[in-house]
Amino acid sequence: MSVHSAEDSKKTGKRNFNDQFESPDFYAIDDLLTEEHKLVRASIRDFVKKEITPNIEDWCQKAHFPYGIVRKFGDVGAFGPTIPVEYGGGGMDYISYGLIMQEIERGDSGMRSTASVQGSLVMYPIYKFGSEEQRKKYLPKLASGEWLGCFGLTEPNHGSNPGGMLTNFRDMGDHYLLNGAKMWISNSPKADVAVVWAKNEEGRIHGLIVERGMEGFSTPETHGKWSLRASTTGELVFDNVKVPKENLLPNKSGLGAPLMCLDSARYGISWGALGAAMDCYDAARRYSLERIQFDKPIGSFQLVQKKLAEMLTEITKAQLVCWRLGKLMDEGKATTAQISLAKRNSVAIALDIAREARQIHGGMGITGEYPMMRHMMNLESVLTYEGTHDIHLLILGHEITGIPAFK
Amino acid sequence: MKILVCITHVPDTTSKISFSDNNTKLNSAGVQFIIGPYDDYALARAVELKEASGGTVTVLNVGEADTEPTIRKALAIGADDAIRINAFPTDSYFVAQQIAAVAKEGNYDLILMGRESIDFNGGMVHGMVAEMLGLPSVSPVMKLDIDGGKATLSREIEGGKETLELNLPFVAGCQEPIAEWKIPNMRGIMSARTKKLEVREPAQAETKTKLDNYELPAPKGEVKMIDKDNVDELVRLLKNEAKVI
Repeated sequence: MSVHSAEDSKKTGKRNFNDQFESPDFYAIDDLLTEEHKLVRASIRDFVKKEITPNIEDWCQKAHFPYGIVRKFGDVGAFGPTIPVEYGGGGMDYISYGLIMQEIERGDSGMRSTASVQGSLVMYPIYKFGSEEQRKKYLPKLASGEWLGCFGLTEPNHGSNPGGMLTNFRDMGDHYLLNGAKMWISNSPKADVAVVWAKNEEGRIHGLIVERGMEGFSTPETHGKWSLRASTTGELVFDNVKVPKENLLPNKSGLGAPLMCLDSARYGISWGALGAAMDCYDAARRYSLERIQFDKPIGSFQLVQKKLAEMLTEITKAQLVCWRLGKLMDEGKATTAQISLAKRNSVAIALDIAREARQIHGGMGITGEYPMMRHMMNLESVLTYEGTHDIHLLILGHEITGIPAFK
Repeated sequence: MKILVCITHVPDTTSKISFSDNNTKLNSAGVQFIIGPYDDYALARAVELKEASGGTVTVLNVGEADTEPTIRKALAIGADDAIRINAFPTDSYFVAQQIAAVAKEGNYDLILMGRESIDFNGGMVHGMVAEMLGLPSVSPVMKLDIDGGKATLSREIEGGKETLELNLPFVAGCQEPIAEWKIPNMRGIMSARTKKLEVREPAQAETKTKLDNYELPAPKGEVKMIDKDNVDELVRLLKNEAKVI
């Protein structure tokens, strides 16, 4: 609602380009959405304009994770929107979830990562694989933002090959003893709860809920990132951590369990990256009409028009892919390979669009006055995390040929 | 406390306005509709009052079926139920009569709305409703506190503000900073699904005005640059073209 945003920027007194954002909808995809979906999108858009956009540049420049946003995400309902209402979730469909991710990432990928991890990688496995006691204990507090969670799968020497993980636990009779280390963990330095994947004595992967304060558990922060600077990233270190037996997720084991979580998160990323792409496209469209060179707006030159036309084409295609995938998710039919295609495509086009949009802005494009460089740097992480660009290609290759190329 | 909040369904302020049917109808294609921003403040304050001291908030809109998404948003923000009077809001008098009919029946302690709508900007409805109900009417209200049956409010007056006390019930036209706009949260949107939205046929009412046509302001002319030494030309243009001297 632009009425609101104009007021907001008056209050903060900051120049705010996102206030003028016009959402591209070239194929009238809004006609495929319900009024409720549109209200979800408008509400999160207003939330982002109020809570994220006025501050994000500053947070990123200072590599500051705004911990206060966690409670605000909880209040607006950005954590676990697809989790049933009885556990504090939103009870919403996957199109709504996608739209929420799109709007948050239009603000910033780091902020979207915070919400994605909490919803898809912490709440989802507790809901899906947890006991009733675990659901009741953790989900409402994670939904409200009282607790922040993180997800420990990647290890220093096991990224694309998580099945090779070394983190392990031993059954000590009345508890488990957890040892190992995880790396590149979003939210870890501030997390109250970690869903950790580790092997038992037989080498079978299980999920364990590790809580801050357990002896031997630490979460050192990763410094010096050039990407996702407003999100906090770190390690999880387990040095003989005694984990109560009731903290094991009882209802699924094996690598398939964490991969199911990643499917849910990757679906959200497909929409999220699209939000970043839209923001870059819209900034470039506006700038191309304002910036005069050779006595004309630069938007009148063919090479600029080509860039804008290519951007709109890719955004429109990706919108349709995401919408269709959302419907398949709702019907419980979406496959891992379908999700791989969408995640890989959205992130790749978003990164291209960020670069092209940056070029259209010329020198101005490298400053924090405009969002493209921030999105571009963020998207470099998004291209790699939750299955790299290349690994998703190989998942598709496997799907097509039946032959896995990564083993 | 029973609060009635009357909301309008109006074009977003950035919408490009055009007319059809010989300039007698708003062309609503591609126009984004919102809760009237002043009504949105009234709604936000009503929800705050309810959260602080209990009661119910009913939203009322006079409009055809296309206003329902706007009403659902008001429910998502925190109203308990809604009434839509199924009629096109032809003029202030007609709308005021519809609101008065609902208000009489519902026995509300407080009737809030925006100081004016942002489409026709009449700013008359709250006064008319109060007159029809025989209640006090205050506008524009910028602060509103309720203590038992008594309200303390402040309103903007020429060059300053005044603080008033009055007994419930009354009608108030609201504006900022009475409250901050509320963004619906996801739980609110989901619960709005099942909240009651009652559609009533309009009460017998008269329309006192007849629309002739709408007119858009003339587009702004181009800037003319006049050499600083050519004062005669400047005077001539101001006199003959701009007609301001």
